Amino acid sequence: MQNPVVSIQNVNKIFGEGTINQVHALKDINLVIQPNEFISLIGPSGCGKSTLLRLIGDLTGTSSGQVTINNKSAHQARLDRDYGMVFQAATLYDWRTVTKNVQLPLELMKYSPEKKEARTRDMLALVELSDFAKHFPWQLSGGMQQRVAIARALAFEPSILLMDEPFGALDEMTRERMNLELLNIWEKTRITVIFVTHSITEAVFLSTRVIVMSVRPGRIISDVKIDLPHPRDNDTRESVRFFQLETEVREALRKSESKRE
Amino acid sequence: MSNRVQKYLAPIIVLIVILTLWEGLVAALQIEKFLLPRPSVILANFAQVFIFEPEAASPTAAEPALRLTTDRLFVLVPAQHASSKALEKALAGQVAQFSLFGYNFIVVLGANFAPIIQASLFTLREALGGFAIGCASGILMAFATARWTITREAFLPFAIAANSTPIIAFAPIMNNWFGLDNPFSKMAIVAIMIFFPMMINTVRGLTSVDPRSLELMRSYAASEFEILFKLRIPNCLPYLFNGFKIAAALSMIGAVVGEYFGGPRIALGVFITQEAALFRFSSAWAAIIVACILGIALYLIILVAERLAMPWHVSFRN
Repeated sequence: MQNPVVSIQNVNKIFGEGTINQVHALKDINLVIQPNEFISLIGPSGCGKSTLLRLIGDLTGTSSGQVTINNKSAHQARLDRDYGMVFQAATLYDWRTVTKNVQLPLELMKYSPEKKEARTRDMLALVELSDFAKHFPWQLSGGMQQRVAIARALAFEPSILLMDEPFGALDEMTRERMNLELLNIWEKTRITVIFVTHSITEAVFLSTRVIVMSVRPGRIISDVKIDLPHPRDNDTRESVRFFQLETEVREALRKSESKRE
Repeated sequence: MSNRVQKYLAPIIVLIVILTLWEGLVAALQIEKFLLPRPSVILANFAQVFIFEPEAASPTAAEPALRLTTDRLFVLVPAQHASSKALEKALAGQVAQFSLFGYNFIVVLGANFAPIIQASLFTLREALGGFAIGCASGILMAFATARWTITREAFLPFAIAANSTPIIAFAPIMNNWFGLDNPFSKMAIVAIMIFFPMMINTVRGLTSVDPRSLELMRSYAASEFEILFKLRIPNCLPYLFNGFKIAAALSMIGAVVGEYFGGPRIALGVFITQEAALFRFSSAWAAIIVACILGIALYLIILVAERLAMPWHVSFRN
């Protein structure tokens, strides 16, 4: 068997430890993610799914337990630039054109000019924004900005793509189109994706596995394997199996709500 | 009418209306010249226009005498005076000549043109020197305080306190330190005046960075140095230019007011105080107008530089 990309063992995260505002954000988390998986983390607000993502990406530390990424610590993985990250806001730099934004990580990683140009061209083609290379972020719609952010995250070929509600701010129609495009990209690159979302439909449609979390303390209560065949398209959303899986995730979520005190 | 024409036309019309009202009211209410000179009298300090009547225009014998004073913008010269000795002397500083409807126009530099321009250039040099020193030191200090939190905590309270002191009160001390006639005494006043607004604006620009942008940099394992150059400095530009705009206005004010406390005779502030002391208020007004124009010019230069430096900024989007 291959080495897992992510291995999380007995991880706890407590904010404000020892103070009156102490919050047990994550409790006894165990999770193993294999290469080429598309994992969605889903759960009610405050269940710590974003915190879990940030732990994996070494944007915050654990209180106890171990996070291993590609056989090394999360910190080392960040220094090795194993992560591509996409946040809810596109977080593009206003003073850079689309091309320059995509090239930001490549500049930091000292890519040669030719390689930089080639990667940018490929990435913009992948997210279908080649015609907007010279535009500034404010000249693009929200969905297009998010596509630039995805191109930027994939530009330096990271081994894991971390996405924190990337389509949360988009309208339903745009979100569905973006979901299709993301799946398309994933099918082409087969990069390991960890995706935080509020939407059951989105989680089931995109993922190979959906991790359902519950609140206070945040823990994993269900791990649903999504066996919908690839490639998926709009018809997938209307299939019986899709509906069954959606119901399974929804019931798991409801159970987590009822357990909540 | 296009928007652009409208944009410039409206203030020009307002200016013309104000000048006309000013001219008319001062004449109609017979306000004394030393209280408020008419705009035309003020302008006569820079230039006078001699208008020569054509021969046929005044056939009668009863000619008014030729009045050659230096405080009139337009001087009408009747035909038979056209070659008088006094006039020849007055026309010595001729700079332009043209004809219109049979009248001959000769533009002559006003008596105070050369002294005011000379004084303005002297004062402008002080203002620019102070601007450069003040901006450079403010920005350097801001980088130090933004980089090391400890310097920020140590210095910022003093910077804020100093910012609310009337810094112009230091002018006599600076004059004492560096010498009345040394332009550096005025540069020092200007530099002190603009140091704090420059520093505070720059610190704000360097530190008020979107936390998500910082997190993005962190995810790329970027060094502090890379974060500074690729994120903090570009993020700082709008704040920096706000600082420059404040500094540009303050630098002309600082230099002129510094000169009120003493300076060489060729300085604008000294010129204004001296003319006012001698009740020659029209030339004092003329000098004030030049100081004002220079202040506006500095401000406009910074606006243009801002546009060139950050065409992406929100304020330039249509």
